[in-house]
Amino acid sequence: MNAIVVKDVKYEYINRESQKPSRALNDISFFVEEGEFVAIVGRNGSGKSTLARHLNGLLLPTEGTVCIFDKYTNADDLIWEIRSQLGMVFQNPDNQIVATTVEEDVAFGPENLGIEPKDIRRRIDESLKKVNMDRYLNHSPYMLSGGQKQRVAIAGVLAMEPKCLVLDEATSMLDPMGRNDVMKILKKLNINDNITIVLITHHMDEAAQAQRVVLIDEGKLVLEGSPRTVFAQTEILRNAGMDIPQVSSLYVRAVEEGIILKSKMPVVLDEAEKVFSGYNFLAKGHTTPPELDTSTVEKKKVIEINNLSYIYMPDAPLEKQALIDVSLDVYRGEILGIIGHTGSGKSTLIQHLNGLLTPTSGSVNILGVVPKGKALKELRKKVGLIFQNPEDQLFEETVEKDIAFGLRKMGLSDSEITERVTDAALTTGLPLDVLDKSPFELSGGQKRRVAIAGVIAMAPEILVLDEPTAGLDPAGSAEIYQFLLKLRKERNTTIIIVSHTMEDIANFCDKVAVMDHGKLVLVGKTREVFNNKDFLSQIGLDVPQITELFYRLNKKNPSIRKDILTVEEAVNELRRIMIN
Amino acid sequence: MLKNITLGQYIPGNSIIHRADPRTKIIWTVFLMITLFAASNIYGYVMMIAVVGIILLVSDVPISYTLRGLKPLFVILIITAAINIFTYPGDTELITFGILRITLEGVMQAIFIAIRLSLMVIIGSILTLTTTPISLTDGLETLMAPLKKIKVPVHEMAMMMSIALRFIPTLLEETDRIIKAQSSRGADFDTGNFLEKAKSFIPVLIPLFVSAFKRAEELATAMESRCYRGDINRTRLKELTYTKDDRKISIFLSIFLVVFILSKVYM
Repeated sequence: MNAIVVKDVKYEYINRESQKPSRALNDISFFVEEGEFVAIVGRNGSGKSTLARHLNGLLLPTEGTVCIFDKYTNADDLIWEIRSQLGMVFQNPDNQIVATTVEEDVAFGPENLGIEPKDIRRRIDESLKKVNMDRYLNHSPYMLSGGQKQRVAIAGVLAMEPKCLVLDEATSMLDPMGRNDVMKILKKLNINDNITIVLITHHMDEAAQAQRVVLIDEGKLVLEGSPRTVFAQTEILRNAGMDIPQVSSLYVRAVEEGIILKSKMPVVLDEAEKVFSGYNFLAKGHTTPPELDTSTVEKKKVIEINNLSYIYMPDAPLEKQALIDVSLDVYRGEILGIIGHTGSGKSTLIQHLNGLLTPTSGSVNILGVVPKGKALKELRKKVGLIFQNPEDQLFEETVEKDIAFGLRKMGLSDSEITERVTDAALTTGLPLDVLDKSPFELSGGQKRRVAIAGVIAMAPEILVLDEPTAGLDPAGSAEIYQFLLKLRKERNTTIIIVSHTMEDIANFCDKVAVMDHGKLVLVGKTREVFNNKDFLSQIGLDVPQITELFYRLNKKNPSIRKDILTVEEAVNELRRIMIN
Repeated sequence: MLKNITLGQYIPGNSIIHRADPRTKIIWTVFLMITLFAASNIYGYVMMIAVVGIILLVSDVPISYTLRGLKPLFVILIITAAINIFTYPGDTELITFGILRITLEGVMQAIFIAIRLSLMVIIGSILTLTTTPISLTDGLETLMAPLKKIKVPVHEMAMMMSIALRFIPTLLEETDRIIKAQSSRGADFDTGNFLEKAKSFIPVLIPLFVSAFKRAEELATAMESRCYRGDINRTRLKELTYTKDDRKISIFLSIFLVVFILSKVYM
């Protein structure tokens, strides 16, 4: 039996801005068989979430039909049955938890279905066990990590005993560990309990683990097939704003360059290991890989942190030591990456850089001043701090006013402000015609740029960004990094990036600092840090997929370099060892 | 500042107060509040402090945590106390400053008022600190069930209340984050006169409202997806039942109430 049949679905809505009907879905047809694991991928705004909302009748198609386990979603009397069989998990874990204890939240679904209390109790226990959260029965969800909250949300849906689970970008707000946990659970549910899984995502390494991938762009179905066949269509994927996993991309490049023969494209790490270790490598010995261009880095310290410790709510029951004896120097023009788990102290550390927090002990010196008291006002102009999801802080009537907010507080002249606003908009790649629009009308990616532009306009000497690309699709993320690099090149801005995306850190940072349980456990050049793969996995952190691949290849053949950071370096390394 | 708000938080525990039926707790909270207003002499207040102290002790809630909830109240306490000191009519004069007279009765009254307000907040806090918002609203819903007959949307009101309580910590955290983000962008919340200060909070309030609406929309979608459709055919994980714990609490507080009334009549 088919779990989902979507037939010729069109969906139109009235665009708030133009007052004209817009089409979010355009003649989409596909099906999902019972027991399948399907990934729906597409860039931000491609229509994939609109499609998800059709699957349990939250939205009804303007034309066409959606049929879930032989029940049409537009039949009024069946909607509750459909929703109990097709459960949905959403993006933001905070906004789908109803109750104040884990147990009560998981009970919410079955309560709505009118299940007997005794049976609800059994369902809570079973579904929490399936997501490994049974120890947290009486916890307050508010105190859990993002990944744990999302597992509770999954349990809440499982308690309704659905046959199909739809996850609408449910992993996009999680750290790598949380995301791994969720992916493992989904695979287990799919295999052990035969639950059909539909995973909506723009992370291709997640899509690679599905049986089938459906690519959506501009409301249309563009491609459909096994991950291997879809990932092979690099051109189409690029036009749809998507990328492919690093190992697949290495394979494509190596075949293009004639380094290896065409065989089966690897889509996950294990496959890649098999493909590439199948070759007999000839070369022996090492060459030094090219270093990142750090010519702009000056020998001038802009940040000096000595033995910094910080305690949240000292002497209270919830007292927490967030930073322990952290010492760190940052030089002008450097791009520093900070990595570590949620709760490892990264956010606490960066809040010391512009005096939002002051040290419990130890010292912080930024651009020659201690961030405290009267010095703060001046310092905050020079240190731009951009929090996660900065678009949530927009508030003005127009984009222009919002970008100018900080500038006005600086007391600049109107002409200077206009010039700087235009300049910041251009730097961040915002089209100038959005300046007169309300920030609330823009897409998520554009809002993010407006928020960043507001800080860049103040021409900070140091720019600190917490997860600047969270929730953005691959194309959107790449653009953010491009203009950050440009900013460093043109203005020699020192940039600090906190991120969970190791591939980005490896691609763009000169130096990396690793945080664990409030301590700075490792700091050094990016290559040196990622060369400590064993240490990083000990504290539960990943290295980029390509680094991991060469680490494994090196174990089998020590003449292969293991400190590879990017796909380009990997191609060169393959060329070296194959041709010699 | 925002971290001091303890009202509406829940601290997990397994004390007799935690275990008691929410209806018992709600009813007795109301009774204790009424008694508090009936207290008029020193014996009454001493008894009230004693009984609230005992409840606080057996509730397993950290006392410092409860007291912290009084901090935001501090200004109000001082103002009401001051007004009482200067305006309460009395005979035993302590100090006179021109037209300002401070009397012993006035001082006593000011202390009583301060105690009364503090106890009110503490009693309210104990209820919310030991009861999850869901069982609190379940309790209210059952207590007010008779009102359904006259078409009062009791279930909807209870659900709204429980969601409001559930989102207090989330929104507090969010406010904190927005304040920090706007300060990083050069916003200044501390200087200027009252009007300027009030204006400086616009960059905090607008994003806060936008986000609250967004959360509301997403939560509604998530609830609908989990088959929520109001009070139709709904069961409860925890059926409310009175147990031995409720009897113990009720007997203890009834005795207190009798003693209190007797003291009012005879002392």
